Amino acid sequence: MTKKQKKVLIRIIISAVLVVAFSLISVENQYIRLVLFLIPYLIIGYDILKKAVLGIVNGQVFDENFLMALATVGAIILGEYIEGTAVMLFYQIGELFQSYAVGKSRRNISALMDIRPDYANIEQDGQLEQVDPDDVEVGTVIVVQPGEKIPIDGVIVGGNSTLNTSALTGESLPREVHEGDEVISGCVNLTGLIRIETTKEFGESTVSKILDLVENSSMKKSRSENFITRFAKYYTPAVCIGALALALLPPVGNLMMGNPANWSQWVIRALTTLVISCPCALVISIPLSFFGGIGGASSKGVLVKGSNYLEALSETKYVVCDKTGTLTKGVFEVTHIEAADGVTEDALLEMAAYAESYSNHPISKSLKDAYGKRTVEQIDAARVSDVEEISGHGVSAVVDGRKVSAGNVKFMKMLDISYIVPQKTGTEVHVAIDGKYAGYILISDIVKPNAKAAIAGLKAAGVKQVIMLTGDTKNVAEAVAAELGVDVVKSELLPADKVAEVERLLAEKGEKERLAFVGDGINDAPVLSRADLGIAMGALGSDAAIEAADIVLMDDDPAKISTAMNISRKTLGIVHQNIMFALVIKFACLGLGAIGFVNMWWAIFADVGVMIIAVLNATRTLKS
Amino acid sequence: MKKTYKIEVDCAACAAKMEEAANKTAGVKEATVAFMPQKMKVEFEEGVDESAVMAEVLRNCKKVESDCEIFL
Repeated sequence: MTKKQKKVLIRIIISAVLVVAFSLISVENQYIRLVLFLIPYLIIGYDILKKAVLGIVNGQVFDENFLMALATVGAIILGEYIEGTAVMLFYQIGELFQSYAVGKSRRNISALMDIRPDYANIEQDGQLEQVDPDDVEVGTVIVVQPGEKIPIDGVIVGGNSTLNTSALTGESLPREVHEGDEVISGCVNLTGLIRIETTKEFGESTVSKILDLVENSSMKKSRSENFITRFAKYYTPAVCIGALALALLPPVGNLMMGNPANWSQWVIRALTTLVISCPCALVISIPLSFFGGIGGASSKGVLVKGSNYLEALSETKYVVCDKTGTLTKGVFEVTHIEAADGVTEDALLEMAAYAESYSNHPISKSLKDAYGKRTVEQIDAARVSDVEEISGHGVSAVVDGRKVSAGNVKFMKMLDISYIVPQKTGTEVHVAIDGKYAGYILISDIVKPNAKAAIAGLKAAGVKQVIMLTGDTKNVAEAVAAELGVDVVKSELLPADKVAEVERLLAEKGEKERLAFVGDGINDAPVLSRADLGIAMGALGSDAAIEAADIVLMDDDPAKISTAMNISRKTLGIVHQNIMFALVIKFACLGLGAIGFVNMWWAIFADVGVMIIAVLNATRTLKS
Repeated sequence: MKKTYKIEVDCAACAAKMEEAANKTAGVKEATVAFMPQKMKVEFEEGVDESAVMAEVLRNCKKVESDCEIFL
């Protein structure tokens, strides 16, 4: 508890003890009773009264301080000393609880994002010296010991270690790093001592950017938050005027009809409605829910740049995904080898790898990788000669004195060699040795292991359609789409076509439905910004993606999209629960209070009780 | 020119009031108050004296919420 909270707590205890004590002793004289009860009343309520007076002076008439001051002073004037003091007492208890709960969840959330490094070690004359990371210049060599956080982005110039990236990515598997590897700040060094040459200033490092982003996310307010703020602005004055009418009109009406006015009864009812109507529960629980949701998401490696984006994510009905790098790994691998009669698979791969050994094309690289994995042998350049590349067709070379031709279908047709038509899809490399067909090798982009589950997860979370856009060929795209359960696939698109496609989808969707685009942030910045919601993945260390997107997935696991979606839906669910719960209870009590069925004690529950329940409910967003 | 200030305010409704008061202050182009992180982000008009504007912002905020604080 802070000093301020402790002070309030002491006031609450003293005044509660006094109220109980004074209500036990019977004092006949009303004036002495009044003076006695004014002591606890003023102890607990002096600041509220002061604020109410200051509010009136400064033109802020109808705020909750005014409500409470009016209700309690009114009750005391009517001789309801215990009730008047109790209302003030419970109001303060509620306020104390609220400020304690909010402070606690703020600390919890901050702890989730506790990735700010406090110092950097610099070696001087063989001694490690701790300095402020802000003072470290680019190019300085810093030392990170096991157990310490990497304070600044850089490159390892000495030592090997494993890093825990979970604070950034939510991924618990440690990552191995060696000399020459780039490392980013915010990771925790687990095993070995490493020396890092910094490549950025602290302010430009990943950890600073992420902290900045998360801390600023509350600045972008959601529609629910704006609604409540506007609501409170009109609601409180409206209630005050209503209460005034309730205190004046029925008694005046009674008088005009020739009945007794019954002033005290109607004034008490009016005061009761004032207590009920305090809007704290709504106003506090909604930003708290969003803050908790954003904090919970960031602990799972999902950075949400604003409450408004969390809200939009929960309303997302269409998810448009890029294929390469998003749903697939973006690296080509040999997925199938089909050797012709009389040729072994290994020999086929060996010949293809050698023939392509001079090329730097991704296809050639994947052939060499596959060959390296199978045989552990290195490519011996001396075995290859007379390499000739036929653009758009393939390559021919002499390997171990035999003429090897490797390329696509067009190449085989050009050489007039009959070939087998593959049953599976992928990029085909047909191979002929000495003019005789030897078989083919299929190379495909590998689908990410979680991609299928991720798309199923999106559907389960209420997404109507998952659309995949790709520049890849039709048959490859459709095979991937079928494997993953994507609803619609658009293939052979140029980057500009992707923007056009997203714009078409945006125009088609319903007004309240949102469209999210998921990409790897490398060359889809225009689409990311065009969609209702841009989600960049694998953004760790990529500043451009962090800039362009509204939601950033720190690693490249597509399952994070559905994780983020579930968090957003849970958060918005809690927000709506709180709005409904508070409004229903308040209006029900208001209605019953106006006709006299609710006494002051129920009114206190409707105010403080509802607020406490709403705050507790809001803190659930953290645990997801 | 944008700057972020640390603030202290007790309730979300009060934060909203501070935001309104700050936005009405001359020299402020746009002000946003976030209750949860207890921060105020102010975008100033071109060529104004920031510290003078902020002093005025604080004065206006104190009017609507007497026990708020902005750490300038």
